[in-house]
Amino acid sequence: MLVASAGNVLVWAVWMAAAFACLGSGVAVVSFSNPFYSALALIGNLGSLAVLYLLLSAEFVAAAQVLVYAGAVMVMFLFVIAYIGPRSESPWMGGPSWQAVGAVLAAGALLIEIVVVIGLKASGRLSHSEHVGAAFGSPATIGRLFLTDHLLAFEITSIVLLVAAVGGVILGSHSRRSADEVPSL
Amino acid sequence: MGPGVAWYLAVAGFLFGTGTLGVLLRRNPLIVLLSLEIMLNGANLALIGFARNLRDGSGQIFALAVMAVAASEVVVGLGLVVALNRKRITLDVDRLNTLRG
Repeated sequence: MLVASAGNVLVWAVWMAAAFACLGSGVAVVSFSNPFYSALALIGNLGSLAVLYLLLSAEFVAAAQVLVYAGAVMVMFLFVIAYIGPRSESPWMGGPSWQAVGAVLAAGALLIEIVVVIGLKASGRLSHSEHVGAAFGSPATIGRLFLTDHLLAFEITSIVLLVAAVGGVILGSHSRRSADEVPSL
Repeated sequence: MGPGVAWYLAVAGFLFGTGTLGVLLRRNPLIVLLSLEIMLNGANLALIGFARNLRDGSGQIFALAVMAVAASEVVVGLGLVVALNRKRITLDVDRLNTLRG
């Protein structure tokens, strides 16, 4: 009993640390004026999300999150930000007034989401199933699901990635050629 | 007993709302893309939370598909940003009003 409660305290402590790191770095990404700092904060956000995935016993997704997001995507982001270089920062607001309306709507939706979740929890509709077996998030389970139940999604994902890679190459090469044609301003 | 799925959903909702605010309010397309990543990650956290709650692995498959789509979106978005930069166009989403090359 004592061991179990100590383990629960540890789980809660890790959850609190990861969740607050996640929320704080999310707000930091949105509010930093320098895109480089925003990208670095997003790396922290992705890392703490990986911890949350581990707490949800989704090990494979956590590993993929670190490899794909924090590894590949963020390196690309940082490379592009460094390539573009420092520039004058764009202000927060100043757009049309519907943007402020949209922001207020988004904040309201956020509040409603959280209230609904807490309401669902209070009414007991979101009971947490404690035991999910060791195979829940293992690569074997994910691979079996991908190649049996979700084979079409798997194949379509590969085609999407191929199209995106070709599109990236075309965007890069096209802009280089047209930059030579356009006289420098 | 660890934190229930409702806590994860609250975090996911907060992340999604934060990302929405960033997409709506920021002007720099790079930060708009980063905020979009936050929105996608909030959705991913909700998917995996429900997958855990329902003991069904399909939510994890969906989350992995979202990751692949996010990677593709970043490739195209950053390609556009680099192309805009090469054409000496101001990186401000409010001033991008033409798509002609």
